[in-house]
Amino acid sequence: MTTYVLDGVEALESEGIHVLREVAAEFERPVLLFSGGKDSVVMLHLARKAFWPAPVPFPVLHVDTGHTFPEVLAYRDATVERLGVRLLVADVGSYVADGRLRERADGTRNPLQTVPLLDAIAEHRFDAVFGGGRRDEEKARAKERILSLRDEFGQWDPRNQRPELWSLYNGRHRPGEHVRVFPLSNWTELDVWRYVRQERIELPPIYFAHRRRVFLRDGMWLAEGPWSRPRPGEEVAECTVRYRTVGDMSCTGAVLSEAVSVDEVLAEVAASRLTERGATRADDRLSEAAMEDRKREGYF
Amino acid sequence: MGDGTLLRLATAGSVDDGKSTLVGRLLHDTRSVLADQLEAVERVSRDRGLDRADLALLTDGLRAEREQGITIDVAYRYFATARRTFVLADCPGHVQYTRNTVTGASTADVVVVLVDARNGVVEQTRRHLAVAALLRVPHVVLAVNKIDLVGFDQAWVTAIAKEVAGLAEELGVLDVRTLPVSALDGDNVVTRSERTPWYDGPTLLEYLETVPLDVDPRHETFRFPVQYVLRPQSGDRSGGHRDYRAYAGQVATGVVRVGDEVVVLPSGRRTTVAGLDTADGPLDQAFAPQSVAVRLTDDLDVSRGDLLAHPEGTPAVTQDLEATVCWLAERELRPGARLLLKHGTRTVRAVVREIRSRLELDPVAGSPAQSLALNDIGRVVLRLAAPVAADPYAVSRRTGSFLLIDDHDGWTLAAGMVGDPMGEGRRRCSPEAATSA
Ligand SMILES: Nc1nc2c(ncn2[C@@H]2O[C@H](COP(=O)(O)OP(=O)(O)O)[C@@H](O)[C@H]2O)c(=O)[nH]1
Repeated sequence: MTTYVLDGVEALESEGIHVLREVAAEFERPVLLFSGGKDSVVMLHLARKAFWPAPVPFPVLHVDTGHTFPEVLAYRDATVERLGVRLLVADVGSYVADGRLRERADGTRNPLQTVPLLDAIAEHRFDAVFGGGRRDEEKARAKERILSLRDEFGQWDPRNQRPELWSLYNGRHRPGEHVRVFPLSNWTELDVWRYVRQERIELPPIYFAHRRRVFLRDGMWLAEGPWSRPRPGEEVAECTVRYRTVGDMSCTGAVLSEAVSVDEVLAEVAASRLTERGATRADDRLSEAAMEDRKREGYF
Repeated sequence: MGDGTLLRLATAGSVDDGKSTLVGRLLHDTRSVLADQLEAVERVSRDRGLDRADLALLTDGLRAEREQGITIDVAYRYFATARRTFVLADCPGHVQYTRNTVTGASTADVVVVLVDARNGVVEQTRRHLAVAALLRVPHVVLAVNKIDLVGFDQAWVTAIAKEVAGLAEELGVLDVRTLPVSALDGDNVVTRSERTPWYDGPTLLEYLETVPLDVDPRHETFRFPVQYVLRPQSGDRSGGHRDYRAYAGQVATGVVRVGDEVVVLPSGRRTTVAGLDTADGPLDQAFAPQSVAVRLTDDLDVSRGDLLAHPEGTPAVTQDLEATVCWLAERELRPGARLLLKHGTRTVRAVVREIRSRLELDPVAGSPAQSLALNDIGRVVLRLAAPVAADPYAVSRRTGSFLLIDDHDGWTLAAGMVGDPMGEGRRRCSPEAATSA
């Protein structure tokens, strides 16, 4: 029997495709932020579906902290190759190397991504930037529009946002301004995983349980590596872990998990008592307003 | 059993009626709040010297809001039960933020309007009910909050319910129901209260889980705004798709099948649907709100901004629009103003020919007006530089809505609705209409 109702994830997919097509039609130079993280992977998957059988009509941009998991970099390269999209890389490491940015005392580079991102937007004159941000991730994001204006300095003014009505998106902007676009605004972490299962989307292997040498810091399991060395008193152990988000290796925590398949991960996410950022992102714990302050300056 | 669908709801109410607390309660009692979020709220509540967690803190997201202790912008929240998935637009209450209520209501299936039981219906309640009526929100719940402060008194709540019912009829609200709650203590939000034995209706959550959604697209007429022309160029990787040409978009209303005759508007040319494509393969039929690509049998000049429609009952193609607008900007609207109008996927220049009236709320009536100011609702006549194919908003929220945009700075100035949706709503539910029909 035919039903005439979309279930939750189908409705979200249709909404996301609608947003991608609106922006591709109304902007001259869009770009899609692609980190190899699951949200950006789902967004790129939607873009492929939105324009099929034509190719994705814009390039993708990775703001690489230089602390990216090697498995994620390999995945990124294989994916853009398979889809035939053009990959641009904004390299945080080169900014640190030549002194345009200074390494932070805690060694994490997530907050350093803003300047290379804004430089890339200016250099390529991008007027629309697709991000995989979801409103359920964090309180400041909960107030973000689907199309969200940035001034010529890349700044977000959360107190002065345009009303966003029906599904009529207003992308008007003046020269030098650009618009951030969030096609996954209304998705939750669970929706993303359901969609990954439904569409059989391949993800970087670190999203699934694997053995890794880790140590405990501030209640988070950090990978032992060149950018995250245990301090005295922090003991390294080999554990079975997976990641809920992929970011800068030095501040992205793993969770202890035996989930090796999408179904098992889904079951775990559904039962989880911690938010994905609370569990795994040291940078968002800095303060109540950490994310809002970074977003105002032009962060993702 | 649940239907697994997505329900969009919006909240409205005056400052301090307890909206943030209610939303926090809904999230908390549906176990949608995770341990770290709750810990953060408990920590901040302790820092402020409160003796229990202030659930309102779950939703006050921006620094300025936390500092002022008020909500200034729509926050979106997500929760799910075994029966449905919910997208909640939490809209600030202050008069100056009415535009946020309009924003939340524009996509909502249900609006929850809060009143403080001690105050009953106030000016903002009228305004929010008016917005719900105007934007044709299918269902309105009036949550009478803080019933713990009026001793759970039935007579008190009944009096408010009666006043609301009268007002709703005056305004043309489609469907309204009153629900006594205490957001602070949780009475009738998710769990049934033992302190209101006289109330035998559903809790707020039960209502949201079971309210029928009028989503059957078979009852609507087909409309499809063309978003984007898909034409893989030679040299693309798309191999066998050299001569492919399809029109990408989202079905706005109704159902379309392969072989159906459709009309392209504004040109008025007729053609037939040759195929309905998605990346997952071809479809025999597509319905709202699916995103698809439509192939047509004839090689017509179709582009973004055109509308495909069922050949019967096509929308009026016109350069003169009579409409109702909610004015959302600080600057005033005056006759002669030149603006952009965005309707579906089409943007055209527009000039305001006339401002017919402004809506007064107490009593409900249109009064003559020379201009519209922030938060005003008014009737206007617009002249467009090019035709649009528009349905009355009372018939279709999707193809009867438009934005007015400032050409210079890009600001969204107004939410526009073709025709007089409130008048039509009132006519429809008035007793005369019922007997004459
Ligand atoms: N007694 C009582 N107080 C409530 C209730 N709901 C909210 N409040 C209080 O009313 C005040 C305003 O609530 P808040 O949720 O911030 O209101 P908002 O401005 O509408 O978001 C706070 O002090 C709440 O604790 C209720 O059901 N009973």
